[in-house]
Amino acid sequence: MRCHFTVYRFDPKEDKKPRYQEYKVDAEPTDKILDCLNKIRWEQDPTLAYRYSCAHGICGSDALMINGKIELACQKLVRDFKTGNNFVIEPLPLFDVVKDLIVDLEPFFEKYRQVQPYLIPGKNKSDKEFIQQAEDQEFIEPALRCILCASCTAACPINRARPDYLGPAALLRAFRYIFDTRDSITAERLETIDTEDGAWGCKTMWGCTEVCPKEIPITQCLGQIKRAVTQQEKDK
Amino acid sequence: MKHQYDVIIVGAGLAGLRAAVEIGKDAQVAVLTKVFATRSHSGAAQGGIGAALGNEEEDHWEWHMFDTVKGSDYLGDQDAIEILAKDAPRAIYELENLGVPFNRTAEGKIAQRAFGGHTRNYGEAPVKRACYAATRTGRVILDTLWEQSLQRGIEFYDEFQMLSLIVHNGKCCGVVAYELATGKLHTFHCKALMLATGGAGKIYKTTSNAFASTGDGMAIAYRAGAPLEDMEFVQFHPTGIYKLGILISEAARGEGGILLNNAGERFMERYAPVIKDLAPRDMISRCMLDEMRAGRGIDGKDYFHLDLTHLGQDVIEKKLAEITSFARTYAGVDPVKEPIPVQPTCHYMMGGIATDADGRVVIDDKNTPYAGLYAAGECACVSVHGANRLGCNALLDTLVFGRRAGRQIKKFVESAARPKLPAKPDKTDADTIKALMQSSGRETSGAIRAELQESMMENVSVFRQNESLTAALEKIKALKARYKNLSIQDKGGCFNRDLLDAIELGHLLDLAEVITRSALIREESRGAHSREDFPDRDDKKFLAHTMALYDADRGPQIFTKPVAITKFEPKERKY
Repeated sequence: MRCHFTVYRFDPKEDKKPRYQEYKVDAEPTDKILDCLNKIRWEQDPTLAYRYSCAHGICGSDALMINGKIELACQKLVRDFKTGNNFVIEPLPLFDVVKDLIVDLEPFFEKYRQVQPYLIPGKNKSDKEFIQQAEDQEFIEPALRCILCASCTAACPINRARPDYLGPAALLRAFRYIFDTRDSITAERLETIDTEDGAWGCKTMWGCTEVCPKEIPITQCLGQIKRAVTQQEKDK
Repeated sequence: MKHQYDVIIVGAGLAGLRAAVEIGKDAQVAVLTKVFATRSHSGAAQGGIGAALGNEEEDHWEWHMFDTVKGSDYLGDQDAIEILAKDAPRAIYELENLGVPFNRTAEGKIAQRAFGGHTRNYGEAPVKRACYAATRTGRVILDTLWEQSLQRGIEFYDEFQMLSLIVHNGKCCGVVAYELATGKLHTFHCKALMLATGGAGKIYKTTSNAFASTGDGMAIAYRAGAPLEDMEFVQFHPTGIYKLGILISEAARGEGGILLNNAGERFMERYAPVIKDLAPRDMISRCMLDEMRAGRGIDGKDYFHLDLTHLGQDVIEKKLAEITSFARTYAGVDPVKEPIPVQPTCHYMMGGIATDADGRVVIDDKNTPYAGLYAAGECACVSVHGANRLGCNALLDTLVFGRRAGRQIKKFVESAARPKLPAKPDKTDADTIKALMQSSGRETSGAIRAELQESMMENVSVFRQNESLTAALEKIKALKARYKNLSIQDKGGCFNRDLLDAIELGHLLDLAEVITRSALIREESRGAHSREDFPDRDDKKFLAHTMALYDADRGPQIFTKPVAITKFEPKERKY
């Protein structure tokens, strides 16, 4: 079927401001939106820039705005949309555009690096395995689904208002290590994020949870962090 | 721009990151990667990583070694396979201490499950050997090693495309790379260069591989005089989603899923009566094509049903979470209620840059090292996978040999002097890019790539024969001629994918030629290489590694290297 794509274009070297370009694509209902972008690039306009790699929702490269909603281009099919074969493709909001659909994610990863995103087993460290109960591993399981696509952070209204707020992805990573029973610095981790730009920045607006392509209940995980911070305060 | 380091690692998947973590702060090290590190294709590995921990049932590294040797159809080097199997439990405990969130048993130990070709007591029955995190095992290990690299302050050059090795007086002394965001060339001068660039599945039309899997490291090392080993052995995984090639992990069968033909028959019972649906991948892919030819594909077509419905919702949604979501999103089927349509998909290159067991690239049949050059992971061939890799041995390969390469490099750079750079090391690449950008040719990489992928799928996939291979070689020759008339329509310097496509296509063409030439010369059937005109394995003539050397004018020049046989004499391979 004939689909009509309106695609955001911006080359900072050539364009003073962003423009929209129209393309017509013959697509199957089962084609991914990424397939359609590839058809545009391979058959009509090789200058269109966007990121992609695995093409099945694992590498996290191709989060975009499709018809005004944040999605992975490789995880949405043409048939998933009821917009009369019309598609508007734009880059992720919040971040600076480098070219066309490519944004600068460095600020996103910078926040991520702030939460000490690695296990510190301390004196638990050994050359053998830990004993960790299955339910404890399952508790952090939702956060393990994160593919760092930045959809949640782009969708978070707080992030837009407060540039220093850690944001949902970094806090979700904090959650993953706070509740990993093998870690040794839980108290320190909780103290670090007990700030307005940390856990308390989240005002439970659910924007992150709504757009997460891996269906992670991010807002709930962040709620668990706030609860743990509060509990630690009480225990002092 | 010029940069100086002790060590440059190209590729930020598991092999590259494991080496980087090993070197850590002991030397100046930087990692170059053409996609952001966590986008690397290691992250797509699903089902598990093999190690004889014995957490679920009795297991021994000797059994793991035997299974890997037999799985390789006796072409794997047994000294290297012994290292792999013996070192596996240590590698898992190390990952555990680095923070990899493995699924747990009821007692809180690392959980394990069955996988294809992994057996108890030298082939008696399947054994639970694969450690896993749902069906995202590769992804969680990748995230963990990337985070460990951040902790160690490893420098990353993200979105840098390697163009060529810098070789001077027989020593590798650096690499030239293209920065995607700016279009600038960078020269990296180093004492040791490690390639960890992964596979080349994009040579084929149907593949589970990422767009980035274009064999850059293999092709660039080959052009710089490093031989490619056993390239004819290309793994087709039996269960890619029909028409799409997206992988449905072997874990689905490890957890009890079965393959059904048109008659609803569990056909693998006929071919592998002992381990049935857990037979190795080469064998199942062949059986599927045989069934298809006998008219027993679903609706007479070229696919089969992977049935998980009897496993129950809990197992399917928890232990097989990702693949369940893939089936729902892409195939429109719910594996809880209905079978998944599957067909073989190109998955893994058993061959690659020839190395020894310490990651040193070797140049001949006596394992003479290529000074300053190292490789590990899918782009390398140690060889532990021989003619067919077993499931859950790829992640293990990256970690065991990535670490060993890292250790060897650390030792080397401690005492080695920085080699001299030749004059204008980036001149050839600058000229090549300039010529491509200014070319008035009329060919596009999209069209040439599509024809290459179709021809390789048709002629050089699961079954091969003299005529199909000869036809493919002719096709590659013609496409290479057309490649010279390529034009780049994007004239910009910022994220110029058009130019990158052209560079990657050059790599695919060179590697396709090596695969096909090697396959033509190997007149026998072994592992994933199945010659219809030579259906038997021929140990007298072909129990040897195929080595291909680059020759710009004459095409790949082939010689052989003996196989290391230590514990297990070659036998007929039955399951």
